[in-house]
Amino acid sequence: MTVTEHRPTGEVGRDRRRKEDARLITGRTSWTDNLSLPGMLHLAILRSPMAHARITGIDVTPARGAPGVIDVFTGQDVADIQGSLPCAWAVTPDIKQPAHPPLAVDEVRFAGEPVAVVAARDQASALDALEAIDVEYEPMPAVMDMEAALADGAPLVHESLGTNKCYTWVFDSAEAGTGGDVASAAEAADVVVRSRYVQQRLIPAFMEPRSVVVDPTQDQITVWSSTQVPHFVRFFLAFMLSMPEHKIRVIAPDVGGGFGGKLQVTAEEFISFLAARRLGRPVKCTESRAESMLAAHHGRDMIQDVEISARSDGTVTGLNVRLLANMGGYLRLLTPATPLLGRYMYNGIYKFPAHRFECTGVFTTTTPTDAYRGAGRPEATFAVERAMDDLAAKLGMDPMELRRRNWVRHDEFPFDTVTGLTYDSGNYEAATDRAMELFGYDELRREQRARRDSGDPVQLGIGISTYTEMCGLAPSRWLGSLGYAAGGWESASIRMLPTGKVEVLTGTSPHGQGHETAWSQIVADQLGVPFEDVEVMHGDTRTSYKGLDTYGSRSLAVGGIALVEACKRVVEKARPMAAHMLECDPADLEFADGAYRVKGTPGAAKSITECALAIFAAHDLPEGVEPYLDADASYDPVDFSFPHGTHLCAVEVDTETGMVTIRSYVAVDDIGRVVNPLIVEGQVHGGVAQGIAQALFEEARYDEDGNLTTGTFVEYTIPSAADLPQIVTDRTETPAPGHPLGAKGVGEAGTIASTPAVVNAVVDALRPLGVTDVRMPCTPERVWSTIAAARAASSGDGGEAR
Amino acid sequence: MTRITMTVDGVRYDDDVEPRTLLVQHLRDRLGKVGTVVGCDTSNCGACTVLLSGKSVKSCSVLAVQADGADVTTIEGLAGTDGELHPVQAAFHESHGLQCGFCTPGMIMSAVDLLTENADPSDAEIREGLEGNLCRCTGYQNIVKAVRSAAESMRASVPSTPESAATTEGVTT
Repeated sequence: MTVTEHRPTGEVGRDRRRKEDARLITGRTSWTDNLSLPGMLHLAILRSPMAHARITGIDVTPARGAPGVIDVFTGQDVADIQGSLPCAWAVTPDIKQPAHPPLAVDEVRFAGEPVAVVAARDQASALDALEAIDVEYEPMPAVMDMEAALADGAPLVHESLGTNKCYTWVFDSAEAGTGGDVASAAEAADVVVRSRYVQQRLIPAFMEPRSVVVDPTQDQITVWSSTQVPHFVRFFLAFMLSMPEHKIRVIAPDVGGGFGGKLQVTAEEFISFLAARRLGRPVKCTESRAESMLAAHHGRDMIQDVEISARSDGTVTGLNVRLLANMGGYLRLLTPATPLLGRYMYNGIYKFPAHRFECTGVFTTTTPTDAYRGAGRPEATFAVERAMDDLAAKLGMDPMELRRRNWVRHDEFPFDTVTGLTYDSGNYEAATDRAMELFGYDELRREQRARRDSGDPVQLGIGISTYTEMCGLAPSRWLGSLGYAAGGWESASIRMLPTGKVEVLTGTSPHGQGHETAWSQIVADQLGVPFEDVEVMHGDTRTSYKGLDTYGSRSLAVGGIALVEACKRVVEKARPMAAHMLECDPADLEFADGAYRVKGTPGAAKSITECALAIFAAHDLPEGVEPYLDADASYDPVDFSFPHGTHLCAVEVDTETGMVTIRSYVAVDDIGRVVNPLIVEGQVHGGVAQGIAQALFEEARYDEDGNLTTGTFVEYTIPSAADLPQIVTDRTETPAPGHPLGAKGVGEAGTIASTPAVVNAVVDALRPLGVTDVRMPCTPERVWSTIAAARAASSGDGGEAR
Repeated sequence: MTRITMTVDGVRYDDDVEPRTLLVQHLRDRLGKVGTVVGCDTSNCGACTVLLSGKSVKSCSVLAVQADGADVTTIEGLAGTDGELHPVQAAFHESHGLQCGFCTPGMIMSAVDLLTENADPSDAEIREGLEGNLCRCTGYQNIVKAVRSAAESMRASVPSTPESAATTEGVTT
């Protein structure tokens, strides 16, 4: 399919400054925590200090009498009405899916789990009263290590399940008919490289802590929540609490970042809803940062065993991946599916003829994991890109040359992959050539050799990541076949008002992505109206009642198509009116730049805004034309889109201190056609920063008893401006074949690409010292220890470290 | 309760506050200045940064009673009374120095203070100067660009030498 419609030179493609900024830079914001309602009470949640314990008693009497306290309740008090937090994705028929009570009733399974709730007249009183609640815990064994948790006789997180194994999911290309058998490939291979990579646990750490306000005083109970998914929240509150759905309205006002961390239906939302109903008064529940770190879901936390087979010329012949994925203590919305969202991407951009993937989900007494920017794809990309570097080292081949020999060439698209997907389009050569040029690859390699030869204590490393990813979650049929509870369509509604101004309702729910701006650009072009004349509304189930929200780089890739379709319907709807006014046949009209013109008759034209007014007046409507100019459209993707790109990173590693400094970073991304290059560049910057953060800075750590020891920004070190480099960005452009705008998606690309680029660079710097891997984050201490261990090993038997 | 008087964004307020009340709580909960936000509880994130008598402070680490008698400027009072944006606000918009915008009030207020102290900072000085303000969306690149561009426009609009900049600082302190 090709783009056949009129492509205005107008708005799409322009670096429009954002409409959203006006309120955000002046403090006129509508964060949930800003909201104050008459009679509103403040909630504080008592959270378990233990990772695993039986609750043998709770005394709330003293807290009830504390100043300002209106109510105190526990899990026992709401046990039969609180339902269970939803898990929307049963990934296998035999998945173990334990109930997840919003408030623990008799047992806690991670430190931070809600145990009791105080409602008070102000937040300070509510927090004070928490200290007056006395909970008796009978400690149970913490289950912290995934491999130990799967061993026979291991203590169980959920006794009733009889195992800590949540599920095992297998894909085998030989069975699926998409490729050969990995075992035979390994047997026949000249080289087999086996590596274990560890995806440390991360915390999404959106800047706005989560907040919920519930007002039960009107006919519709209104819930304001700092969420990415207001539509999910409404559905699941109704479904899990047996509430009539039409009596619930959910609003996501200004939302301060999410990164997947607010792709959740939360305990705090359920608890606030229950409290408001119980008390008949509005309640607010705003978490502290410490609570957010403990109780909002975490991301990553996987062990990846990767086996790559190849011929001696570098041609890859097989890829065998075994994953252990940490679920945490319970399953949340997408917990079991998150590692599997990466399973289609382990082959990366390469032509592996045989592939096997096996993932086992494991329960531990830790905060549940779930989506975090990229959700499975960063992990997959990391594994294959690290493995390609390890293979190149084994073969003594330049790692870029190895990639070139194995990637899908631009003339091979559409390409059916060994995982069963069809890559729509791409040009890996073009993006790579551009990146190499910007980076100065050959020159850096020369400098690297010089430093190695001179024994410079500061070594130079070069890291490559040639990635692809899948955007546009997701075809509903695909989701259904994989056991997901919902679909993946998106919707948009357009209404042109009598004065020609336009209101747009979108089912996407932005939280920093700038949809108000980008959607205005798209609509302005489609309808031929000024950018300023478009108002984009979102995040309120009363107005934008159809939608599946924002995550998985889907908003433009899926919602953008619905938006274009809705615009086209508006254009078609006004056409009979224009024809009527111009006294011609509708088929004789062509629409461009906001006006209908009679073909071959210059000057005979009616603008769509004139039509809107005439339609509204309804004095002389042609047969069948309704007295309003609006249209809805939805879109269910036929397939994913596959952006790609090449990221190159040069690091200096001080071998005496272990300090890693990024010297240069080049990102060339191909995300199809771009609606707003300014916004795209911002997404890449932020995405790369988060990927660098995983590589160098961040890790959520627990002690052996299950206490989170990185529970504040003091210990969980998200990078500051001083920690990050200036990055160089550029783009190549291969339009998405199935998208009317040719767009692919960009929200997660930077995060997916960057982590392996950085770690590959660190390892590349240290390979001459015998280092083959550095566990993330590559902090000075860890790098130094890895160097020391490699030196010790090489002074011993000289064998390979791993 | 302690009686305090404070001028916030040009308006004088007299209030009785609990001694433990933080300045940010006072601003948000009592005065309705919700443009200033709370992002953490360890004074790491800087989202709550305001100007206290012209100098940037994290308002989560100042008690309201400590600000008795002070002149406080929040993000809501930075633009001119005619609505004209402060050059730093304008530059954040122009350079796309924000995405979700939650860190933005603090980031802008810190940048204003940074440029008061150093009218022509290098990129490295900007990065060091904003180290106490965390952003999760932008990777800071466009924030650095915004501050650099604000510095240029401020120097262009007020032709000043380093000496006069120092004098200005002296007056406000």
